[in-house]
Amino acid sequence: MLDRRKFILSAGALALAGSLPFGAAAQDVTKIGFVYVSPIGDAGWTFQHDEARKELEASLGGKIETRYVENVAEGADAERVIREFAASGSKIVFATSFGYMNYVERVARQFPNVTFLHATGYKSGKNFGNYNARFYEGRYLNGVIAGKMTKSNIIGYVAAFPIPEVLQGINALTLGARSVNPNVEVRVIWTNAWYDPGKEREAAMTLISQGADMLTQHTDSTAVVQAAEERGVHAFGYHSDMSKYGPKAHLTATTHHWGDFYIKTVNEVLAGTWKPENVWGGFKEDMIRLAPLSPAVPDDVKATVEDLSARLKAGTFHPFTGPVLDQAGTERLAAGAVIDDATLGKMDYFVQGVASRLPSK
Amino acid sequence: MDGNLITAMLFATVVAGTPLIITALGLLVNEKAGVLNLGSEGMMAMGAVVAFAVTHHSGNPWLGAGAGMLAGAAVSLLFGFLTLTLQANQVASGLALAIFGVGLSAFIGKPYESIALKAVPPVRIPFISDIPVIGEAFYNQQAMVYLSWVLFWGVLWFLYRSRAGLVLRSIGESPASAHSIGFPVIAIRYLAVLFGGAMAGLGGAFVSVFYTPMWVEGLVAGRGWIALALVVFATWRPLRVMVGAYLFGGVMILQLFVQGSGLQIDFPAQFLSSLPYWATIIVLVVISRNLSSIRLNSPASLGKPYRPDA
Repeated sequence: MLDRRKFILSAGALALAGSLPFGAAAQDVTKIGFVYVSPIGDAGWTFQHDEARKELEASLGGKIETRYVENVAEGADAERVIREFAASGSKIVFATSFGYMNYVERVARQFPNVTFLHATGYKSGKNFGNYNARFYEGRYLNGVIAGKMTKSNIIGYVAAFPIPEVLQGINALTLGARSVNPNVEVRVIWTNAWYDPGKEREAAMTLISQGADMLTQHTDSTAVVQAAEERGVHAFGYHSDMSKYGPKAHLTATTHHWGDFYIKTVNEVLAGTWKPENVWGGFKEDMIRLAPLSPAVPDDVKATVEDLSARLKAGTFHPFTGPVLDQAGTERLAAGAVIDDATLGKMDYFVQGVASRLPSK
Repeated sequence: MDGNLITAMLFATVVAGTPLIITALGLLVNEKAGVLNLGSEGMMAMGAVVAFAVTHHSGNPWLGAGAGMLAGAAVSLLFGFLTLTLQANQVASGLALAIFGVGLSAFIGKPYESIALKAVPPVRIPFISDIPVIGEAFYNQQAMVYLSWVLFWGVLWFLYRSRAGLVLRSIGESPASAHSIGFPVIAIRYLAVLFGGAMAGLGGAFVSVFYTPMWVEGLVAGRGWIALALVVFATWRPLRVMVGAYLFGGVMILQLFVQGSGLQIDFPAQFLSSLPYWATIIVLVVISRNLSSIRLNSPASLGKPYRPDA
């Protein structure tokens, strides 16, 4: 739709037009703004948010009008875009990247009548809520499939930065794989970038040549799935179903679904019943799903995965259930205990089964 | 470490170094004529996106590579017009070109962002590819890799063994003297700039069509700047450019292998990621530290505009 610069220009023009009398025609349409960190593209983090925005439009039709700005860097630009949305009459603003948090907080204080929702952060306020998804639940299931299907017992993981969200994913995958195959080891390569397709591909190729026959990534491009396809090993997508980038390689993917949450939130705001909360949804809330399993996945594995996802949906199973040992063998979670969200949010270790060393800080 | 692992590392090193070699050799010829074009990142990005688009539509990677060269050359022609005809400042024009090329490539590439190309199969050279360890790494490569070696010998021969190369170098040293004995300084500089642009475009095409067969904004990821730096640190000598490019690629691959192998080394991953830059700069500075050799090899008129009628 718009890039950042055009948006700021046209927002000025809009504000002007809005002050004229005939601007009042569309009074009962609620304007909603979305701020995206990367281009929408055809797969990935922002793509999933934009799909959800479309679901929102389809569901609430004439009552709302959505606008978005893509490729907004996590910096001063973000604050400008968020403020422009609020100033030009948006009633709700969704800011979809972690780095927007402090800007949202600041703008939220200045616009008490606008509702702000921030993805993957931890701050909230009177008119400012946050939401996130339990990505690790999908990772655990990926791990179960990988653990059952690997022949070399080596799983490769291309990751961007050692932050809690990424470590949750690596650990959940490792626990999942070891739950069905105690001989599995997970090897991690850090790219130190969310988005560098060349490096992601090199890292994937390196892992393959070291024997990994199952790959996944916590970065933003499809390069790892493509590399796996090229070299005839298997891969798991992330964010979106990436099967078209690796028809043979792709086994399944952990996919994000924000649509229901967006519709629910907007309905609540329209009805005046919305309250700020910290939303952290998973399989149970249908925020995380598994993409359709590839025909290469054997039936018994399929059955195990279906059983586990049913239990995740019912809320009777948590991937981080003790005993959980870290690499040094220290017990992080006692047998039978389930990790609490606060501890999970601060995760800073590798569990046993990850062969790579966590980079020192 | 077993032989297969060494082969895999060498193989990846050669592939990682190739776009740098192609681009840097073009820039080297460009700079030997006394013109400094800092726009290589932009030219590579343009070459990458055009090559990708043409390969996607035609299904022929070689047509794509040719189109990438043309795109790089077309952008460099703009630079040539600004700096050679209009005598604009080369540093400023080059930087502008880098930003322009990266931005324009993102704009052109928008509809191609989600498309994946089929990987181009490697070309196996018979007999020598059967040599243990190195055969598989060096002689079962992309055809573009062999092309980069041909390019290396071609540039070497052209600069130091051909009359045209001598003329080009003399223009880079002293355009006034070359002009006074009747060489068309501006025309030859134009050709050098076009060659630099075409090679940067080809380097970009290698990245988007052969290396990472996909297009996304920012795919070139700084390789144009690395190629520029390589030329300077290699003190304008083709062989050192080649050594530097493979060294850079090699250390990058090595650090990935070290991370993947799970060796217990206590370095921050950020440090490992910066290692290729450190290693390349240090090695090239050390082998090129002889001052008189630097003076001998660096083109004396580099970056200075020349007006023949002045």
